[in-house]
Amino acid sequence: MKIGILSLQGAVSPHLDKLSELGVRGHWVKQPKDLEDLSGIILPGGESSTMLHLLRKAHLWEPLKLFVQKKPTWGICAGAILLAKEVVSPQQPSLEALDVRAVRNAYGRQTESFIERVKPSVQWMDAEPMEGVFIRAPRFETLGPQVKILFSLDSEPVMLHQGKTLASSFHPELTSANKFHQFFLKLCQESC
Amino acid sequence: MATEMKLKTGLAEMLKGGVIMDVVNAEQAKIAEKAGAVAVMALERIPADIRKEGGVARMSPVDKVLEIMEVVSIPVMAKARIGHFVEAMILENLGVDFIDESEVLTPADEQYHIDKFQFKVPFVCGARNLGEALRRIGEGAAMIRTKGEAGSGNIVEAVRHLRSLRSQIRRLTTLGHEELVNEAKELGAPLTLVEWVAKNGKLPVPNFAAGGVATPADAALCRWLGAESVFVGSGIFKSENPEQLAHSIVEATTHFEDAALLAKCSRGLGSAMRGLDVHLLKPEERLAERGW
Repeated sequence: MKIGILSLQGAVSPHLDKLSELGVRGHWVKQPKDLEDLSGIILPGGESSTMLHLLRKAHLWEPLKLFVQKKPTWGICAGAILLAKEVVSPQQPSLEALDVRAVRNAYGRQTESFIERVKPSVQWMDAEPMEGVFIRAPRFETLGPQVKILFSLDSEPVMLHQGKTLASSFHPELTSANKFHQFFLKLCQESC
Repeated sequence: MATEMKLKTGLAEMLKGGVIMDVVNAEQAKIAEKAGAVAVMALERIPADIRKEGGVARMSPVDKVLEIMEVVSIPVMAKARIGHFVEAMILENLGVDFIDESEVLTPADEQYHIDKFQFKVPFVCGARNLGEALRRIGEGAAMIRTKGEAGSGNIVEAVRHLRSLRSQIRRLTTLGHEELVNEAKELGAPLTLVEWVAKNGKLPVPNFAAGGVATPADAALCRWLGAESVFVGSGIFKSENPEQLAHSIVEATTHFEDAALLAKCSRGLGSAMRGLDVHLLKPEERLAERGW
């Protein structure tokens, strides 16, 4: 199974480490041909506006838009913003794979970044609260009927699932847990 | 890792592979964001002007920092003078996302750097070698920027310091545990950090490069030499065509290993900033020497 990580900008190496802990090699995705033969792709945290810019320049926008419709994709923070159907604060284009509105930097600037336990909303994994690292994180609003909430913080959704798409506003790759990566790999295996 | 440190290095992780551009006002900040910068760095004057005009270089005026924060959605960094913890307190209060305790500004304290653990906002600090890098991390820095000679348009110092850091790290990984105490003494660095580097073969925080980046090729060179990304100061706004150069440096930083793309994005840029021969600089004109 070949897993890609969008590697134009952002926290790529922590995902490579997590995948390697699970015995899977992650592959850099920087140009359209890198999408060939992938079973799934991770869109990492970083700056979504920078990634948008580089996606266009690398002629990856259209191929990636098609890819995320067909194959398992997990967007984290900036990556989740790229996947949302609508993006505000400010408004920007997106891949529109997840029926949700993403509000950028909704919790504030870096001095408002925080770590809290996030709670599983459904029977999922072993259903324990997990460490959630939120860095200039987005908020998810107006969820579509197909969108399932996997984890929440207080009453707000922070990890979502719709078909082959996963999105989290926090950063599991910065914690010691690799359950989230396991879950994503399972999703990739099932759709192979 | 303590909670605060995880949040601080976490933001540094998010900035990897992106270009951080020096800006002095809102107009430049907008150009930088539009060109794909991952963050902007607010400062009073860009290094080439500090070099030319002389005088004391301080933190950016507060109104300018606010004006910059107002117009961009990407993180805003700002420079504070070495040891000037009050400038840092003010910048943190304004809500900047990262503080650069920078040798490019005139040092405020010739003995001590800022105790960065006292702040919620993360800090980046400059370093010329492993000892200096680990002392800064020991004081709480969440990112290390290997120093070049800022405002010179000459990449030679950045290359020297990147190479020296890399080879010192590689050497540590070959030493036996009993040799590390002496090594810590020689480096003037905390033993726990020396042990960490010896075990992991890298710094415990992201490592960017800065100082003298004037072309897309310079940025790519830094990445080849192990920098996880670059800061660009005078190079952009002192060039003939800042907007296009900014675009190209962003692209070159991401696709540093792709020669065809580097060739393509290096076209039509006009002339780069005029560079300085760093060997002709007097010792007191060398900004990289500041910090200890």
